[in-house]
Amino acid sequence: MSPSDTTLPISAIDDDAPETRRSILERSLLFCRRQPLGTFGLALCIVMLIAGLGAEWLAPYSPTANDFSAMTEPPSWAHLLGTDQFGRDLLSRIIYGARTALIVGFSCAIVGGFVGLVLGVGSAYFGGRIDAWLQRVFDVLMAFPLIIMALAVVAIFGTGVQNVIVAITVPLVPRCARVVRSSALSIREVPYVDAARACGFGHVRIIMRHMVPNVMAPFLILITAFVGQAILAEASLSYLGLGVQEPVAAWGLMLQGGAEEYASTAPWIAVFPGLAIALTVFGISLYGDALRDVLDPKMRDR
Amino acid sequence: MRTTGVLWAAGLGMLLAVGVASVVSAAAATPKRGGTLTYTIPADAPASFDGHRETSFATVHSIAPFYSVLIRINPDNPSSTTDFVCDLCTEMPKPTDDGRTWAFKIRPDVKWHDGSLLTADDVATSWRYVVNPPEGISSARESFYLMVDRIEVPDRQTVTFRLKFASNAFLPALADPFAVIYKKAILEKDPRWYEKNIMGSGPFRFTSYEVGQSIKGVRNPDYYRKGQPYLDGFIALYAPKQAVRVDAIRADRAAVEFRGLPPSARDQLVKELGDKVTVQSSDWNCGSVVTVNHRRKPFDDVRVRRALTLAVDRWRGAPSLAKIANVRTVGGIVFPGSPMAATREELEKLPGYWPDIDKSRAEAKRLLREAGAEGLSFEMLNRNVDQPYKFVGTWLIDEWSKVGLRVTQRVVPTGPWFEAMRSGNFEVVLQANCHGVVNPLTDVGNYLPHTVYTENYGQFEDQQEIDLYDEMVRETDVARQRGLMRRYETYVLDTAAHTMHALWWHRIVPQRSYVKGWKISPSHYINQDLANVWLDK
Repeated sequence: MSPSDTTLPISAIDDDAPETRRSILERSLLFCRRQPLGTFGLALCIVMLIAGLGAEWLAPYSPTANDFSAMTEPPSWAHLLGTDQFGRDLLSRIIYGARTALIVGFSCAIVGGFVGLVLGVGSAYFGGRIDAWLQRVFDVLMAFPLIIMALAVVAIFGTGVQNVIVAITVPLVPRCARVVRSSALSIREVPYVDAARACGFGHVRIIMRHMVPNVMAPFLILITAFVGQAILAEASLSYLGLGVQEPVAAWGLMLQGGAEEYASTAPWIAVFPGLAIALTVFGISLYGDALRDVLDPKMRDR
Repeated sequence: MRTTGVLWAAGLGMLLAVGVASVVSAAAATPKRGGTLTYTIPADAPASFDGHRETSFATVHSIAPFYSVLIRINPDNPSSTTDFVCDLCTEMPKPTDDGRTWAFKIRPDVKWHDGSLLTADDVATSWRYVVNPPEGISSARESFYLMVDRIEVPDRQTVTFRLKFASNAFLPALADPFAVIYKKAILEKDPRWYEKNIMGSGPFRFTSYEVGQSIKGVRNPDYYRKGQPYLDGFIALYAPKQAVRVDAIRADRAAVEFRGLPPSARDQLVKELGDKVTVQSSDWNCGSVVTVNHRRKPFDDVRVRRALTLAVDRWRGAPSLAKIANVRTVGGIVFPGSPMAATREELEKLPGYWPDIDKSRAEAKRLLREAGAEGLSFEMLNRNVDQPYKFVGTWLIDEWSKVGLRVTQRVVPTGPWFEAMRSGNFEVVLQANCHGVVNPLTDVGNYLPHTVYTENYGQFEDQQEIDLYDEMVRETDVARQRGLMRRYETYVLDTAAHTMHALWWHRIVPQRSYVKGWKISPSHYINQDLANVWLDK
């Protein structure tokens, strides 16, 4: 068995036929048929991605331009989702807010996940003191709920998009590392890893070629969950006034201040950003669940 | 005959009605003893408890009920700018020596909360710390008292202020609500004791303080105004979020917020509570001011500072912002209600007040280009208080974007906000220029360099500005003084463009209708000792 053969399971979707015989389109259709909720979630994620990436072209107005002639206007043809207390178009702010959510969500998930992956696999592979030390550090970090940890980091470094990314990434690292480590521990004991060691391969090669590919399934599932968690955490921090600051368009920030003040007289100011957060996190959760079903061999047979 | 009888009956009825109404009104106006007033303070916590050092309502709303002052604006007529009455003194003195000597007799019946007797020495020492603080001690309003030469205690019950020159600004400055009286023995032992502790001679005694939560006081049974205070005690809740404060009044968990709420909150409360809520409103001796750090490039360049003010359309922004924030009036550096304030015609000559905003912004762009600061990016420090800081901040950033400036905001709680200003750790900061008694001559002292006015954080020195101010303060002819004020204003806002005045505020205080005795004033600092407040429950 060549070492690269071990990477096969992660891309297998259907065990009725070898995956190499199916085109991407066929596999996608199969995913849609078998995972309708996951497909719905994916669709929501794609809508958010398109909004975030194409905000300049999609948003009908500038997200930060005040228009005092259109303050707290209800939804209309001119402003499909209405305007806030500064007369800013809510649809435009939600579209640009998707970008903030995307930047924060994906940055935190990817950076936090990647660092967690490296530390988790490394911890499992080397074992001994390194493992013991790292796990105790993770124990300490995981003793704090994500939002509390993020609040502490923001309190130290201050507010702003970059600091919010750091604040949310830090608590994600041990969460990823812990899950990845448990998968990597079982892989460390399989014969092909022993064989690779016997062949004289270096640590980096063994980790990168033989261990990391085999923990990709739980890792990818975690990443999708992290995106949702990070978006929610960013919205929470912004709502508390500790995340991004006005006039940047961010969904959590849109729920703060004006939304509270005008909740009874102009409810659309609070409803639409809240809906954007809920739908995005819901979509990411559904897609993450579907991905787990597809990638987990035990779930695949059901 | 019948017609006459009907008229008599009607007349008698009217007399009875008027009589009953008078009796009811008189009964309603008689203060009742008892009850605990709960009010909210729209801040996370005061930076410290030391009134001499601090400039924020967060401090004065927390501590005023515990302390006495020498004189004050009449609490029953707080809108007046001239009705000064004694608090610790026995009667308002007549000045002697061509207005340069003021001798105050101190009440003999005032006790500290620790039971000891308050003396003229305590009053004089406190005032010396305000007027001329020792090395290392901060007095925020030191510049208000440039005219004071020395403070003497000729006998145990007399405090005499000797002035370098007679000034119309002296008496209003003496009524400053932050100038609370501290005990001499404590001050001399540890001048910073009052930053973290409370011990006064006011109508309430301190009972507890929980950081970020509340401060509580109980009635002082030894208070020198017999019968007062009417309340058994008070609880002040710290609540920086406006929604929390409005909900607290709505649910009757708090009866009032003395600082002021925006029009939307007033409308909401009136709509929901009807006659259970009463609204008082007033012009506010408070303005939003943008201070630039002259030590940070390119803000050392007057062209850049002038461009910042030229970019802002105050005339169009004010009426619109007034719908959502507690700001309303366009003005210069003097409280718009004062005869010393600039007229609209005078204002329109100053940069940032031009009636043609397109011309103004074109000039701003030209100045930025000339200064090599086109497309300048900078960060504005702001305070984590909704009204009107965050609203004005968001408005200003949009206005600046119209001349190509890219501005981000750093919003921090009150403590770190002061800390950042005091340490010079900012590029541009949105501040409030708030005052107690309306006293234009001392109020505009805020714009003087830090060496004269310690709470100016612009990080600049300017002898020419100091000289202009000095000449104005020494002038006693009102007409000439007004002319000098215009020169000083033009210098501050245009020639040197040290500061930029955004908008003046408008104070709206909705309160539960059972709260009686408290009257609104143009300042949220004054009339806060709660001695005359009572609950009609």
